[in-house]
Amino acid sequence: MEPKNEAELAGIIAAAEGPLAIEGGGTRGVVVGGEVLSTSGLAGVELYEPGALTLVARAGTPVAKIEAVLAEHNQRMAFEPMDHRGLVGSSGTPTIGGVIAGNISGPRRVQVGAARDFLLGVRFVDGRGQVIRNGGRVMKNVTGYDLVKLLAGSWGTLGVLSEVALKVLPMAETQASVLVEVSDAGAAVGVMSRALGSPFEVSGAAFDPAASLVMLRVEGFEASVAYRLERLKDLLGDAGEVSFTETFEQSELLWRAVRDVDVFQGRAGDVWRLSVKPSQAPEVVARLEADGLLFDWGGGLIWVLMPEGVNFRQRAGGFAGHATLVRASEEVKARLGVFHPLPAPLQVISDGIRKRFDPRGILNAGLMQPGAGVAI
Amino acid sequence: MEMPTPNPEIIARKAALVARLERVLPKEAIISDEIETRAYECDALTAYKCPPMLAVLPSSTQEVSDVLRICHEMGVPVVPRGAGTSLAGGALPTADSIILGVAKMNDVLETDYENRIIRVQTGRTNLSVSGAVAEEDFFYAPDPSSQLACAIAGNIAMNSGGAHCLKYGVTTNNLLGVTLVLMDGTVTEIGGGYLDSGGLDLLGLICGSEGQLGVVTEATLRILRKPEGARPVLIGFDSNEVAGACVSDIIRAGVLPVAIEFMDRPCIEATEAFAHAGYPMCEALLIVEVEGSPDEIDAQLKVIKDIARGHNPVELREAQDEDEAARIWLGRKSAFGAMGQINDYMCLDGTIPVTALPLVLRRIEEMSKEYGLDVANVFHAGDGNMHPLILFDANKPGDLELCEDFGADILKLCVEVGGCLTGEHGVGVEKRDLMLVQYSKVDLEAQLAIKDVFDPAWLLNPAKVFPLAITKDRREARATAA
Repeated sequence: MEPKNEAELAGIIAAAEGPLAIEGGGTRGVVVGGEVLSTSGLAGVELYEPGALTLVARAGTPVAKIEAVLAEHNQRMAFEPMDHRGLVGSSGTPTIGGVIAGNISGPRRVQVGAARDFLLGVRFVDGRGQVIRNGGRVMKNVTGYDLVKLLAGSWGTLGVLSEVALKVLPMAETQASVLVEVSDAGAAVGVMSRALGSPFEVSGAAFDPAASLVMLRVEGFEASVAYRLERLKDLLGDAGEVSFTETFEQSELLWRAVRDVDVFQGRAGDVWRLSVKPSQAPEVVARLEADGLLFDWGGGLIWVLMPEGVNFRQRAGGFAGHATLVRASEEVKARLGVFHPLPAPLQVISDGIRKRFDPRGILNAGLMQPGAGVAI
Repeated sequence: MEMPTPNPEIIARKAALVARLERVLPKEAIISDEIETRAYECDALTAYKCPPMLAVLPSSTQEVSDVLRICHEMGVPVVPRGAGTSLAGGALPTADSIILGVAKMNDVLETDYENRIIRVQTGRTNLSVSGAVAEEDFFYAPDPSSQLACAIAGNIAMNSGGAHCLKYGVTTNNLLGVTLVLMDGTVTEIGGGYLDSGGLDLLGLICGSEGQLGVVTEATLRILRKPEGARPVLIGFDSNEVAGACVSDIIRAGVLPVAIEFMDRPCIEATEAFAHAGYPMCEALLIVEVEGSPDEIDAQLKVIKDIARGHNPVELREAQDEDEAARIWLGRKSAFGAMGQINDYMCLDGTIPVTALPLVLRRIEEMSKEYGLDVANVFHAGDGNMHPLILFDANKPGDLELCEDFGADILKLCVEVGGCLTGEHGVGVEKRDLMLVQYSKVDLEAQLAIKDVFDPAWLLNPAKVFPLAITKDRREARATAA
């Protein structure tokens, strides 16, 4: 089913007699049972005010379309949403609704925030078929409860997004990256922490253990970038050999590869996404015996390649944070669970919210639920 | 302002409640004397007052949990309170409620520079969070004007902003984790020292929920390294429209200042008379601040000054040193105090798309004439968060009501042009009855459903945020059950 407007979407959900599998572009590897309900017919940028840094788009609008519209005015979605297609082996067209539903953010999250931090307002249809609006299109809004944040990252389980309003930011004039040769994870996190704790506005901090390389991105106008590169070199020179990317394109490609976890593409195994306190990252990953690792967000986000079917959460032991199974067979997902178990009181609250927004349990049934691993 | 009629049955159980509380709290943490409870009769929205039945000041998460469990069991409404600086009446009690103040809980629990976080008890004041990490040159970014006095608990409840959130975001963008006590006494953690919490974004939901979903006793906050330097420039214009257009052009140009503040003539005159900051006498002025190394600052200010010159400013003044920078900020920071010297005022907080600034300022001026009440405008222009200050005389019968009507008209205008009722102060009781201007009943029902989940008995801060008529059944169901 592919509604052409919000009213049709609401009608379909109100009349649904069985579970619905909510789909944007279908690129994030989400597999759930039920009849497919696609938002791709709800497309188009409704409003764009460069002078107010705001853009409103229907949920099915392709991400590429939004990026192109923004680029005409030298603006961008600063949270840098990742493209999952290479990693999970999907095809299709990523949509803005999918980005928001999954709260998909890239390397710049460490500096400017996640997708949810740039989401100003939503319109969505709940499990009863009611159209609900929350937030708006202004930068600051504390009028009532923040269902905007709640909908971001709810993976279509509370409602189907029909329209989103985003805060956008100016594109940087240029960018470059500092590369530090470091082989040990502990030392790498130390380097990234020093860089992120400096006044030099690092907008990306990643570590690729296979290349023994810490990567630090700085963005801004030309002279400022050059200045900050040198200052970071002074700051971090004692940790390892320091070099810089030579061109804008080289730095840009480097960060696109980090964003989309290119290092795991074409390699067999399960892919896990671990969110953890950076200083705790080295000890946790040491317990994993992983086939591959990529550290982003200064060590706060670790992409982990594991042999198929290994119970990652058991191996990781106790840690503060959570792990999501991003790529695996449906059998493994069902057995290990895609989303991290929640503390009991939060599970009760989450179940309660879901029951209110979707009393019949028809929206992406089973997704984000403990024990039921059908997901991502 | 209508508040629910106090339930005499609850008040009749006061002695029993005190007896139970005395078993879990030290005696000095329970304030039941009718004179002493008057200290808690209002917050910074002083037009409305009502002493609570009791006030309690617990010292730990466990004590908060005990108090809430007892009140839950006895069906007593609880109004959480941080430092009582709410401009929206968020901490206004009813006569059958208890005030639960977190002011005694103000410890720093952990500072962690490697992970760039600080964990504090939420009674701690906003400014003293920055103070705790200042020696390592770090700071906590959200900076509401009341930052010297306001508590992190209230910042989280209202999702507070400040002058510098154009670059650094508001509370919700800087909050990583909380210890939350639910109305039934359950203690739980949401998030922590890592960037994204798993599952539904309950942290985002708690932030800005005005103390209606739970009591936050501890918070993990993101701290940032201070920039190498910062420098403001002051730009004066001969019309509000031109100043508004200049703001939009600066934003469009690709430089993102850390703050863009706006003051109009009435505000400039009042602050000048009060603080003697040396402001030019003009129709509107902007304070634009940028950060970085001295060279980076020069480069950014050059772009901003070039844009400003294109709008024929009557004054363009760049701070040459720390002292001049402080003087440029002095007037802005004393604006509210200065207005208070002239008369009573009501401070609004509607937010509009930046592009609608000239139109909205013109309409406010017209309405000011229609109502016969003066308005001064001082606000965060970069993000469209307006703060019209309507002057009135509290001793003149009918003036407060006139002022409130005027304020409501301004907020309706904000919604009409695509904005919202409140950008950073919260709804509280002040804007409660305007919620249906911004949202439909269905929109609000979705929010009420959230409260049903967290606080099924509707005991936490129940008379706030939503029009009383639409919460009546829920609140009365509780009264019957109790």
